Amino acid sequence: MAKKKTIRTIPQARTPMPEQDPAARARNFKEVACGYTLENAHNEAERCLQCPDEPCVRGCPVGIDIPAFIQKIAEKNYHGAYDVITDTNLLPAVCGRVCPQENQCEGVCTVGDTLEPVAIGRLERFVGDMAIREGWVNRPYVEPSGFRVGIVGSGPAGMACAADMAKAGCEVVVYEAFHEPGGVLKYGIPDFRLPNEVIDVEIDKLRELGVRFECNTLVGRLFTIEQMITDMGYHAVFIGTGAGYPSFMGIPGESLNGVLSANELLTRCNLMRARDFPNFDTPLMPGRRVAVIGAGNTAMDALRVSLRLGAEKVMCVYRRSKTEAPARAEEIHHAGEEGVEFHWLTSPVEVLGDAGKRVRGLRCQKMELGEPDASGRRRPVPVPGSEFELECDSVVYAIGTNANPILGQTAKLKLNKRGYIETDENLATSIAGVYAGGDIVTGAATVIEAMGAGRKAARSMKAWLGLKDTDVVFAEAAPYEKRRFGFAPDEHGYARLRVA
Amino acid sequence: MGEDGGGAFEIVTREDYSDVTYMLEVRHPQMAKAAQAGQFVIVMEHEHGERIPLTIADFDPERGTVTLVVQAVGKTTKEMQQRCREGTTLYAVVGPMGIPSHIGGAKKVLCVGGGLGVAPVYPQARAYARSGAKVIGVLGFRNKDVMFWEDRFRAVCDELIVCTDDGSAGIKGLVTKGMEQALAAHPDIDECVAIGPPVMMKACAEVTRPRGIRTIVSLNPVMVDGTGMCGGCRVKIADGIKFACVDGPDFDAHQVDFDDLMARLARFKPAEAEAMKKWEESCRMKGGDASAAERY
Ligand SMILES: Cc1cc2nc3c(=O)[nH]c(=O)nc-3n(C[C@H](O)[C@H](O)[C@H](O)COP(=O)(O)OP(=O)(O)OC[C@H]3O[C@@H](n4cnc5c(N)ncnc54)[C@H](O)[C@@H]3O)c2cc1C
Ligand SMILES: Cc1cc2nc3c(=O)[nH]c(=O)nc-3n(C[C@H](O)[C@H](O)[C@H](O)COP(=O)(O)OP(=O)(O)OC[C@H]3O[C@@H](n4cnc5c(N)ncnc54)[C@H](O)[C@@H]3O)c2cc1C
Ligand code: FES
Repeated sequence: MAKKKTIRTIPQARTPMPEQDPAARARNFKEVACGYTLENAHNEAERCLQCPDEPCVRGCPVGIDIPAFIQKIAEKNYHGAYDVITDTNLLPAVCGRVCPQENQCEGVCTVGDTLEPVAIGRLERFVGDMAIREGWVNRPYVEPSGFRVGIVGSGPAGMACAADMAKAGCEVVVYEAFHEPGGVLKYGIPDFRLPNEVIDVEIDKLRELGVRFECNTLVGRLFTIEQMITDMGYHAVFIGTGAGYPSFMGIPGESLNGVLSANELLTRCNLMRARDFPNFDTPLMPGRRVAVIGAGNTAMDALRVSLRLGAEKVMCVYRRSKTEAPARAEEIHHAGEEGVEFHWLTSPVEVLGDAGKRVRGLRCQKMELGEPDASGRRRPVPVPGSEFELECDSVVYAIGTNANPILGQTAKLKLNKRGYIETDENLATSIAGVYAGGDIVTGAATVIEAMGAGRKAARSMKAWLGLKDTDVVFAEAAPYEKRRFGFAPDEHGYARLRVA
Repeated sequence: MGEDGGGAFEIVTREDYSDVTYMLEVRHPQMAKAAQAGQFVIVMEHEHGERIPLTIADFDPERGTVTLVVQAVGKTTKEMQQRCREGTTLYAVVGPMGIPSHIGGAKKVLCVGGGLGVAPVYPQARAYARSGAKVIGVLGFRNKDVMFWEDRFRAVCDELIVCTDDGSAGIKGLVTKGMEQALAAHPDIDECVAIGPPVMMKACAEVTRPRGIRTIVSLNPVMVDGTGMCGGCRVKIADGIKFACVDGPDFDAHQVDFDDLMARLARFKPAEAEAMKKWEESCRMKGGDASAAERY
């Protein structure tokens, strides 16, 4: 066994991520961050002190055993690292890419007290990518429980819940309104941050677990949540329909042509492939000079997509300062490198149009930070007489979303004041047997939180159905033929027993 | 339902009503049961296609089908006109979408349909008739040759007024003329539904506004998802913004800002023209001209 590591003996510098050159990447949709090599990963794994305290595990919304998986990497046991992660996190290749690690695991890393924190997210992605490349699947032995579970929405919340319920032996069907599964991962987050192939692989893994995806299905309208229970034979239902319903500001000029929501821009570009117009039929009409309002992840994606669609100038307009910007630090950094122009402490007051009802500019006013508001952030207040105009031909709104109304319109679900689905602490809704989680419960949040909610709801659903996890492995009968079909009963302790 | 959207929506009947208008009856038993008047679907003809909204013009739970009536106006609708045949399939059909029309209470209802609005107003007329209301239909066509569904409307309307641009059938003039005629004969009309191109709906709203008759229009902004996620379909209603796909598509005609709707419909004009041109060229390359590409 090697000597105990100390802060002085570990590699001091955080291993940089190989990236596409900013000038080149700002014009293509290929992934920006290329991923760690074996050597990079080993170097970075060495930086973990394996401290007994494990603040990172508590910092992770789903509690991945981070020191353990990093240790496995250091031991060159990559499959072992994958096993550790997938014990808690279904989507390492996704979360390694899009989690706001600086506020979670990396934000509390012990190494980070003195040096730059261990690059946990990059290591997680390294493991996830290797699993995809090598085609690893941890397919547990599943004892059919005879229960049927319906899941509404195929975003990270729905995917996580589906996986857990399938592993518990349930027959799982996921309903999705779009023609492809994946939720925001597919239609929102662009390929240069999260390639669609990564999501497709994860969806395929779910299929191998026996999960069925039914696309083109608008639940609420084609059938209701209540009907799923009463007529369609589902013993439990999970709702993970995400947020949606983008906000506008209500300032003059918002219906001018050239004003659109970031969700529309991103959906047209990513899911409908308008970037390949006219080979794909969906048009986009990207702007030449684009102003994006907001500074969250969605705004950063809209800015960077606009650049890649060929805009000459792309501007970020945000009423607070950089410190308050909700986007991940890395995304703001990347956007800046690619040439996005930031207008901090700037608030739009009117979208200006020409005679043809097209956008010609955005009138803004300067702001300064006043007293802290309810969120604890300093409230921006207008600077009198500071109005000015930004010349642009497209204005993209990325200032947040409201609750999607469809299920509220069609089911007797209890909603909160803001229209989101109300649940108890176990994520049960007001309808017996119906659970909900992800953005439709919390409002817009993060991928890992949605996934965590999906898993939490799965635990509650198992309890509701009387399914209990056990450590008893049905290993005695491991028929040879079954193994040939990929079943390895001893692979994982996932056997399930039904209790009365 | 088409695992991953994979082209499982079969067209069981196709009928052509004119050189630009065609009817597709699509197999979808679950939707045929769920659909109600005023709702629509979103269709993708093929994997690279655009998602386009089309009103459910009829639905038959027994046959397990929904019926769409389409006007070929641009790339997607013309391509569908060429390719969709009995026995072919659509890549994606999702719905029923939108809030069903509110049918109730009215005793005498005027149902007005013009152009691509004729078929969509049919389920509403039928629903009103079933609710016990007297229904007076006003339909507008270019001329006698492009007329369709007169029989279906006669079966549910107590009175039917046909208007044509050239007077070759019914009265000569726009639907607003037919409305004036109906309103003169029936001063007790207490509700009106008007569906058609935005200019028409705007004109209809002005006919009923001075009379204070509650008037419903079905708006047709450009849509993407149809689930309230993108806001592309936003329309101005009174002072507020609504999303037609989840808050509509039916709205109070006297509150709608039609100019705003018309301006926003022109949003993708240049791109639409480009798509059309490229497609027509590819048709020419495949054989003769765009219309001869039928063989394809
Ligand atoms: C542009 C953008 C960038 C983001 N970047 C990040 C990031 O970098 N890191 C991060 O952690 N988070 C990010 N987020 C947030 C994150 O993506 C969401 O919090 C997360 O996806 C929520 O997951 P969900 O499963 O609740 O819902 P969603 O991912 O929204 O999925 C819901 C699915 O349900 C479907 N649906 C809705 N209604 C119905 C219905 N009635 N019937 C059937 N299906 C229905 C929808 O079509 C959708 O596919 C970003 C979000 C956006 C929009
Ligand atoms: C709720 C709703 C219900 C509809 N029902 C029907 C229907 O029953 N039958 C039918 O034929 N059409 C209907 N439409 C309109 C139909 O969706 C459009 O005609 C279609 O999207 C045009 O696509 P395209 O590629 O063929 O034409 P494009 O090349 O995209 O456009 C050609 C012309 O059509 C106009 N246009 C484009 N998109 C729309 C649109 N979404 N709505 C109206 N005009 C548009 C444009 O202004 C343009 O001038 C409906 C639209 C909505 C929103
Ligand atoms: S079509 Fe996207 S919100 Fe209505």
